[in-house]
Amino acid sequence: MKPRKGLAVVAAALAGVLALSACGGGEAKDKGPASLRMTVWSANEAHLKLFNEIADEYRKSHPDVAEIKFDPLPFENYTTTLTTQIAGGNAPDLAWVFENSAPDFVASGALLPLDDTLKKAEGYQYEDISPATVKLWQNDGKLYGYPFSTSPFGVFVNTDMVKKAGQKTPAELIAAGQWTWDNALAVAGATAAKSGKAGLVIRDFDYKGWDNLSTFWTGWGAQAWSEDGKTCGFNSPEMVDAMTTLHKATFVSKALPGPGTTADFFAGDAAMTVTQISRASLLKDDGFAWDLVPLPAGPKGPYAVVGQAGIVVMKKSPHAQQAADFLAFLTNPTNSAKLAQFFPPPRQSQLTAETLAKTNPKLKPEQLQKVVIDGITNGVVKPSHAGQAELSQQVRAGLDPLWQPNADVKAVLDGVCAKIQPLLAK
Amino acid sequence: MTQTDTRVGPAAAGPAPGPARPFWTSRRRDQLTGYLFIAPQLLGSAVFVILPLVLVVWYSLHEWNVLAGTFDFVGTDNYAALADDPNLGAVLRATGLFSVGLVVLNLGLALLLAVLLNQRLRGTILFRTLFFSPVVVSLVAWTIVWGFLLQDNGGINGLLDTIGVDGPNWLRGEGTAMLSVIVVQVFKNVGLNMVLFLAALQGVPADLYEAAEVDGASRMRQFWRITVPLISPTILLTSIITVVGSLQVFAQIAVLTQGGPGTSTTVLVYYLYQQAFQFHHFGYGATLSILLFVIVLALTVLQWQMRKRWVFHES
Repeated sequence: MKPRKGLAVVAAALAGVLALSACGGGEAKDKGPASLRMTVWSANEAHLKLFNEIADEYRKSHPDVAEIKFDPLPFENYTTTLTTQIAGGNAPDLAWVFENSAPDFVASGALLPLDDTLKKAEGYQYEDISPATVKLWQNDGKLYGYPFSTSPFGVFVNTDMVKKAGQKTPAELIAAGQWTWDNALAVAGATAAKSGKAGLVIRDFDYKGWDNLSTFWTGWGAQAWSEDGKTCGFNSPEMVDAMTTLHKATFVSKALPGPGTTADFFAGDAAMTVTQISRASLLKDDGFAWDLVPLPAGPKGPYAVVGQAGIVVMKKSPHAQQAADFLAFLTNPTNSAKLAQFFPPPRQSQLTAETLAKTNPKLKPEQLQKVVIDGITNGVVKPSHAGQAELSQQVRAGLDPLWQPNADVKAVLDGVCAKIQPLLAK
Repeated sequence: MTQTDTRVGPAAAGPAPGPARPFWTSRRRDQLTGYLFIAPQLLGSAVFVILPLVLVVWYSLHEWNVLAGTFDFVGTDNYAALADDPNLGAVLRATGLFSVGLVVLNLGLALLLAVLLNQRLRGTILFRTLFFSPVVVSLVAWTIVWGFLLQDNGGINGLLDTIGVDGPNWLRGEGTAMLSVIVVQVFKNVGLNMVLFLAALQGVPADLYEAAEVDGASRMRQFWRITVPLISPTILLTSIITVVGSLQVFAQIAVLTQGGPGTSTTVLVYYLYQQAFQFHHFGYGATLSILLFVIVLALTVLQWQMRKRWVFHES
């Protein structure tokens, strides 16, 4: 009997430690000034500096908030890291969410509705927010994410490299009314051949991030899936045409660097890159001469594509209301104008070349008008769908056979649809 | 030793105490010391091994949506989904291919290196160190460097180019991607098996070879008739370690191919990660990890049973 007691003591101690390790953290933070954490994708110093300045200003007038921490997560695994934090009970109070995971987050029920807080905030001018930009972030008439950055895709050009190769610059082609994908790819191919560097890089695509190709195929009128999200669009005639052009540009004219080749435009490795204007911050002042132009016209004429990111508040956060209040401050007209230099705002009154020019020293008014304002007004948002991660993985695996020199484009695209149609129909 | 009567009858347990004795008898002190000694290890295993194992079984019976924060009991639904999973065949095929390729190449190369480096020649110590050094290198760093070397315009193809060979795009071809992942892993860990084989080889008595030589046995015959039987326990050990390790491969796949091209390198652990952490199907991910557990267990038991057939000289 007696030895058992010893065992019981040890077991009780073990159970105590287990309980402690399982329930550690959390609870105790409820009282006292709040400490807010917001996950962001950018570790860019200029971005974080501006965030911190706005946060410091907010804390001056809000003693109930002791700390606001911006927590950069790596871009490549951003959404996976965020959901793992949520699963592990370490959810942030606010989170940056990309358009491709917006449907999953918005429909999950994990987010705090923001309408009331934003509408009630002093001097907020809620009605100034463009209705087109909030579509993705609404569910049953409630707003679950603020469309923080509606960033159009444009083409950055290394004009030094293009001129050196004896090619017409995109600006010259635009002036002549010849800025089409055919000409853009011809310039890219010729410059690549002459310079020995890469021609045109669709940034973040890298033969995996296929949703970035929507910046290309939208010019052919192609779509990943139908508007209602139920029908696969990969084997449509428009998509087959677009992908055939892309395939030839990659493997025949070598206008695009092939799979498994790394080339960073901002490091001077490529003549042109398709990316969002928020990446302008990567340009160095003493670097090469550059230009920013709209996407070239496709067979269906001129078009624009925008990427969107929203900021959401986690409903389960012990400080959800304070987090929403801070979001209202972060995105009020004054701060929105400040943030506009990196993140194009959804506020109609601020989408003018003059306003944007004040905070975008690197971009000329005509660049802002053509790429940013026209882009946001007319742009198609990058593809997004509920269950995007699984869908995205299936499309990536399905498209892999396309990145071979002798691929049968139509057959590969039929294969993609065969894979994803059951998921779309769910 | 103090004489303590531990077989106390029911009467003694009652309220009437006998003569007062100190609580901390030496026997109790010994027991406490024992428990304290095993406590750190026990606690570690309980928290990091046993508890997660039990939880995984529990999770596999649930549909767990981390975003919505829902955790619903679904019984054996996840196991039914496992049987119907259209991807599972390809995943198991990739896993099998990786394991077979790795075990054959790793053990073959390790044994070859061990035999070569077991000779009394100058410089063998240097080569032993060289072949072992990748074992202590960080796995992810090792893999990232290989990722650069294996790019289309990377070091391997640059080297091939100098001898006039147009190398393939290693990580992009269905066959070459799997081969690349296997070879990167073999080079990483072959040193460990090599050292184990070396130790075993040095345990083989030299007089057996001398006797065989007197009898006129060739070097090959000596290898197959003396060396292999005498080091067979080590072959068993290394094959179990390598098979089990090969089923757990993850970082190399995540860094080099992300399971592609297509699903050609999506092995079971990577698929499990995708389901749980990328697609948020944590319940199904847990079910897949139970499948992995069953496979590892079955293979280990099988190898253990087979040892009776081919492991000689077991002490």
